Amino acid sequence: MTPSRSSVPTPEATPSQVERPSQPAVQDVPAPAAAAPLSPDADVLARAQAGDHYAFAQLYSLHKRRIYSLCLRMVGNVAEAEDLTQEAFLQLHRKIATFRGDSAFSTWLHRLAINVVLMHLRKKGLSLISLDEAMEPTPEEGPGRSFGAPDLSLAGSIDRLALERAISDLPAGYRLIFVLHDIEGYEHNEIAAMLDCSIGNSKSQLHKARLKLRDAMRTFPRREGRR
Amino acid sequence: MIDNRKNMSCEEFQEQMAGLIGTGADASAHPHVQNCDLCRALLSDLETIAAAARELFPVEDPSDRVWQQIQTAIQEEEGKPSAK
Repeated sequence: MTPSRSSVPTPEATPSQVERPSQPAVQDVPAPAAAAPLSPDADVLARAQAGDHYAFAQLYSLHKRRIYSLCLRMVGNVAEAEDLTQEAFLQLHRKIATFRGDSAFSTWLHRLAINVVLMHLRKKGLSLISLDEAMEPTPEEGPGRSFGAPDLSLAGSIDRLALERAISDLPAGYRLIFVLHDIEGYEHNEIAAMLDCSIGNSKSQLHKARLKLRDAMRTFPRREGRR
Repeated sequence: MIDNRKNMSCEEFQEQMAGLIGTGADASAHPHVQNCDLCRALLSDLETIAAAARELFPVEDPSDRVWQQIQTAIQEEEGKPSAK
């Protein structure tokens, strides 16, 4: 029987810290000694799939930072990223029972969150097929002028905060591909499938995104100095 | 074949660059790079950016408001009568 869901606990504590109700919300989770060894995450997942609200809150606590950071990097806006994080976890709540373990849970949740962001971007009118045309920079600011000038090279070092800021300043189409490939580690064929574009388009967008970032990183100290 | 690659223009080489960076391929060994200071500097910078991006990690938590809204939405959804 599905336990009562009238009260959803706060997610702030780690799994081991969460105080359980005196009557366990889920009766059919096997005792650890009798069950196959489960990672803490897997145990929490199993309980959340069975409808345990405390476990769902723990899942939120365990994954909120990664999902929020993913959303924030993809959309570059705190309010939107929070809304998308909320929507991703609501979808997780609706769909968690359908997770069958074909991939790691974190991978599954990650993909679910990406789909939420992509749906959002499509609703906003960002064409994910014609990113090249939509995001083609103007000639004076385009990456075409970024042919390497050795005296302006990054000299092998990058300030992490500066890179974060430069990524958030990228045009949406560039940012999307860059985040998915260079930060989240998806391959071009996976990105092409997700975005319904060609592999060549994905590669081209990535290259242009990196060029834009290079321009931004090279001017970063001067921009900071003016503030 | 090597001569053809060596004779590439910068534009031709840079069209291939996205497929070389981050794939494990040693793009710096490309004949064009070995003979072109501009593309060598560009390749170095883009590899630095790609490497730095791989080391970025989640750094921010959402505000407490997000969980509060999730909680409220879940309770509202569960309070609705079944569609069946």
